[in-house]
This record gives sequence, structure tokens and C-alpha cells, in this order.
Amino acid sequence: MPIGAVIEFTNITKRFGQTTAVNDLSFTVEPGRVTGFLGPNGAGKTTTLRMLLGLVAPTSGTATFGGLRYRDLTRPLHTVGAALEAASFHPGRTAAHHLGVYTTAAGLPRTRVAEVLHTVGLADHATQRVGGYSLGMRQRLGLAYSLLGDPGVLVLDEPINGLDPEGIKWIRGFLSSMAAEGRTVLVSSHLLSEVQQSVDDVIIIAKGELVHSGPLSSLDTNIAPQVIVDSPDRDALAAALTNAGLAFTSGRTGLIVAVPDPGRVGHIAFTAGVELNVLHRQKAGLEDSFLALVEGGDSL
Amino acid sequence: MNLILRPVAAEFSKILTTRMWWILALVLFGYIALLAGGLAALFGGLDSGAISPDAMNTGGGSAGLSGLGSVPPLIYSFAASVGYVFPVLLGALATTGEFRHQTLTPTFLATPKRGRVLGAKTIALFVVGAALGVVGLAASVGIGALVLGGFGVDPLLADGETWALIGRTVLAMALWAVVGVGLGVLVPSQVASIVIVLAFTQFVEPLLRFAAAFTQVTADIGKFLPGAASDALVGASFYTLASPGGAMLESWQGGLVLLTYGLLATGFGYLTSWKRDVT
Repeated sequence: MPIGAVIEFTNITKRFGQTTAVNDLSFTVEPGRVTGFLGPNGAGKTTTLRMLLGLVAPTSGTATFGGLRYRDLTRPLHTVGAALEAASFHPGRTAAHHLGVYTTAAGLPRTRVAEVLHTVGLADHATQRVGGYSLGMRQRLGLAYSLLGDPGVLVLDEPINGLDPEGIKWIRGFLSSMAAEGRTVLVSSHLLSEVQQSVDDVIIIAKGELVHSGPLSSLDTNIAPQVIVDSPDRDALAAALTNAGLAFTSGRTGLIVAVPDPGRVGHIAFTAGVELNVLHRQKAGLEDSFLALVEGGDSL
Repeated sequence: MNLILRPVAAEFSKILTTRMWWILALVLFGYIALLAGGLAALFGGLDSGAISPDAMNTGGGSAGLSGLGSVPPLIYSFAASVGYVFPVLLGALATTGEFRHQTLTPTFLATPKRGRVLGAKTIALFVVGAALGVVGLAASVGIGALVLGGFGVDPLLADGETWALIGRTVLAMALWAVVGVGLGVLVPSQVASIVIVLAFTQFVEPLLRFAAAFTQVTADIGKFLPGAASDALVGASFYTLASPGGAMLESWQGGLVLLTYGLLATGFGYLTSWKRDVT
């Protein structure tokens, strides 16, 4: 059973001319868990992953697997499997030949080609030229490449892009099972909802900087809950809230009051003699917390 | 040992799993077979009297044909003197294709030491270039000797010098593939690389070599042009016939000059494109 290594980013920075794509990023990714690496498009996710894999040279800082830089790994494909966003295939080569080339380069047994193609569900298309592949099939082939060395660490850039619903369901289960085997799984996405069901930890970056890291549940408390309240006589309700000194905004389903306690709002309405037909607490979704983090940049 | 053998094996497999190598080999064979066969028929016909010298305008230079002993090597040398563009193209496509199809990413993930990959590619293309040389010779010697023999001209196949020329041709074609790798890594844009190969080999260099032959000084510089160096290595060519007084390098010097072109281009390309960020 392959053992996952800890991925560690230490003060990693990348500048392209005047633009700073990634700024002083430090975080660790633990084995045995699926870690979501999240941020809007252009946040620097791909650049960060490419620095981790030795494809892009950092301006400063380091990224390591169990303390070793990618290029210092003695058997890189055995240690780390990576699938990056770009479609990196020669269109005239078949899927089996594509994988065969890199199996040879890494000194892996040829039998791995058929095995990984079977794992990702491309066994029937092994001898088809990649030029005729759909986006979803290319994603699966990229994933097959990452699995060639049966690595303890998986680094996947936007693996869900272009997959059909069945494929999405499959990859979610796949990621969880890989982590359950003790592997380190780092998955990037620009949508939290895409990976929400399968990630244990989240690393969120925006504009090249870290804005949040921690278990998925840590996102829960990031935005204070609000109370939604409505009345057949909304003007009277608004007057009562104003008299009580509570700030509120008008929403489609009622007034949104910026307090966490529905009881207090109910009490105000009761003492003012205003009839209520809606009163409940609304908890912001994880996606809202995520969006607030990447847009506002104000973390807790 | 595996550290260099594996990447070399991977580079071979990259070439053999796409169609370009046999398309180029096929076109090379057809092109050289046509040229060598055609010219062998012309010379053979003239020699045997099947074609009367009066039938063509010899410009009063018919005396040149009396020494027919030099004709077979000239025809055989077409494999390199005309066919060299094919290994250059294959070499350039092998490197520019990696940039174009973004296969540098999986390549560098499997072999993070990039210099090793480029070295492996150079070795693999050297061998494939030599194989293209064999294909070109199969056309120029195979078809050429057949046609010459048909006209009763001695194809000189028992002559050791002919086989030495064949060996040097294989080496020249191998070196041209290395030059192609260097060009491809120096000019990673596939379209630009192909345009440079075709423009330079088919137009610019022939013109330069022709112009250089006019004065002694330019001729001394002109003999270092890659095509001139290659012809020097092979030891017989069209051009040397076309400009009899022209300066020529020694055979070994020609090979060294050609190798230097290849390694210089590869070295500079390594620094300017191969080592850069793969985004």
C-alpha cells in the first residue's frame, strides 16, 4: 500500500514580470484526507500546483513532498501522480501509446497501462487516437496518467471539469477511497460545491494569497446567521424593528435582520402587536462563506 | 544506466507511436528514388548511346561526361544532399511537437531532470536520422544502381569507396536529425520551425552557397554553411560539381561542423526555451 507524504508549501511566491501570481503562500496538505484547493479562476491555483510539480520555478520559497522537492524525488511517478488542467496529449497517439511512453520513461511495468485505463473506464477506448476524445475522456486519460505509478500522493487540477454527472459521482467516490487508503489527495477547483461532498479540508486562495485553511466545517461559522421575518403588515413590522433599534434589509421573502436569535425578533413583534407569518433563522451556506472569503478577502 | 536509457526508450516510443516518421520516410524514398533513378537513366542513356549527345544541349560541355566513373557516387549522394531536409524536419517536429501539444508536462513529470530528456531526444533522433539515411540510400543506391546497371554502367558496388560514402551518408543524415532537434528547441513554434527549415534548405542556403563561390574570401566562409559541411562529410554532391573550384572542408571537418551546429542550437535552445516555466 503506497504511503502518502505530507505536501508542504513554504512562503512560495511567483512573479511574472510585474504581476504577482502567487504571494508568500504557506500551507500543508495531510495524508489520509482529501484536501480541496479552492479559489476563483486566476487566483493562482494552477501556478501553485505547477510550482509544486517543478514545472514552474518559484520566484522564492519551496514546495516539497515529505521534505523533497519534486525534481529530487528518485522515482517521481511512484511518489506523486498529477493531472493538470491543460490537455497534454499528442492527438495522433492512442491512449495506450500515450501512457506507454511515460511508463517507459518512468521504468514502470507495461501492465500498468491497461490497469489504469480500466480504473478510469477507458479500457474500451485504449486503441483510439486521443484526437477523437471528448473533454470528459481526456480528463479520465489525464487521471489515468496520474495513477500509472500507483502513487501515494495525488495532485489533480480541476479534475471534475468536463465530466458528465456519472463521472462526477464516480470521481468523488474515487477520491474518498484514495484518501481512505492513506494517500494524500490535493484537488483544485474554482467551485466549492463541486468538491464539497468529497473534501475533508479546504485551502482557499484569492489573488494569489491564502485566505482560509482548515477542515471543511470551519467554513460553517464564517458568516453570522441572520433572521428572516415577515408579516402581513410589513410596514408595521418594519416600524417595530426600527423602534427596537435593529438594522434590517428588505428581501424577497421578508425582512432580513442581522441578529442570530429568532426569539428576540419574535418578542419585538409580539410586544408591538404585529402578526408574523414568517420567522426563521437562515444560515449562510458553505458556498456563501466561500464566496465571501474570496471576494471580500476578510477572513475570520 | 537506466537513468538515460529509459528516457531514450521513451523518446523512441514517442516517434514510433505517431505517423510522422513513416510519412517522411515514404516521401523521402519516393523523392530520392525518382531523382536518382531519373538521373541514372539520363547518364546511363548518354553513356550507352541510347540517348544521343546531340539530343540535348550540352553547351559544349559534353567532355564532362567522359569521366563516368564519378557518376554513381554523385547519384548515391542524393540521399543526403537532397534528402537531408527530412531528418531535419523530423527532429524539429519531435521537439516543437512537445511544446505545441503541451506534452512537456507529462514528459517532465516522468523525468524531472530536463537536460536528461533533451539528451535522450538527441540520441534517439540521431538513431532515427541514421535510419532515414538508410531509407534514402535504399532509394539512391538501390534504384540508382539498378538503373545504371540496366544501361551497362558499372554501379561501383564492389568498390570500397562507394561503401565508405554510404557510411558517411548515414552519419550525415543522423547529424541532420540532431540539427533538427536543436532548431526545434531554439524555435519552439512549430510553424516557424518548419518555415525556417524549408526556406533555409530549399532557398536561402543554396543561394548563399552559390553566391559565396564567387570570391575566395566568401568561399572560405561559405564552406562552413551546414549544407556545405554535410556535402564535405559525404564527399560527393551536386553542388561540388556545380562549383568545381569551390573550397571544401575535409570530410571529418564537415562532420564536426555539422555536429557543432546541432549541439550549439540545442545548447542555446535548452537555455532559452527548454528550461523555462511550463505553463
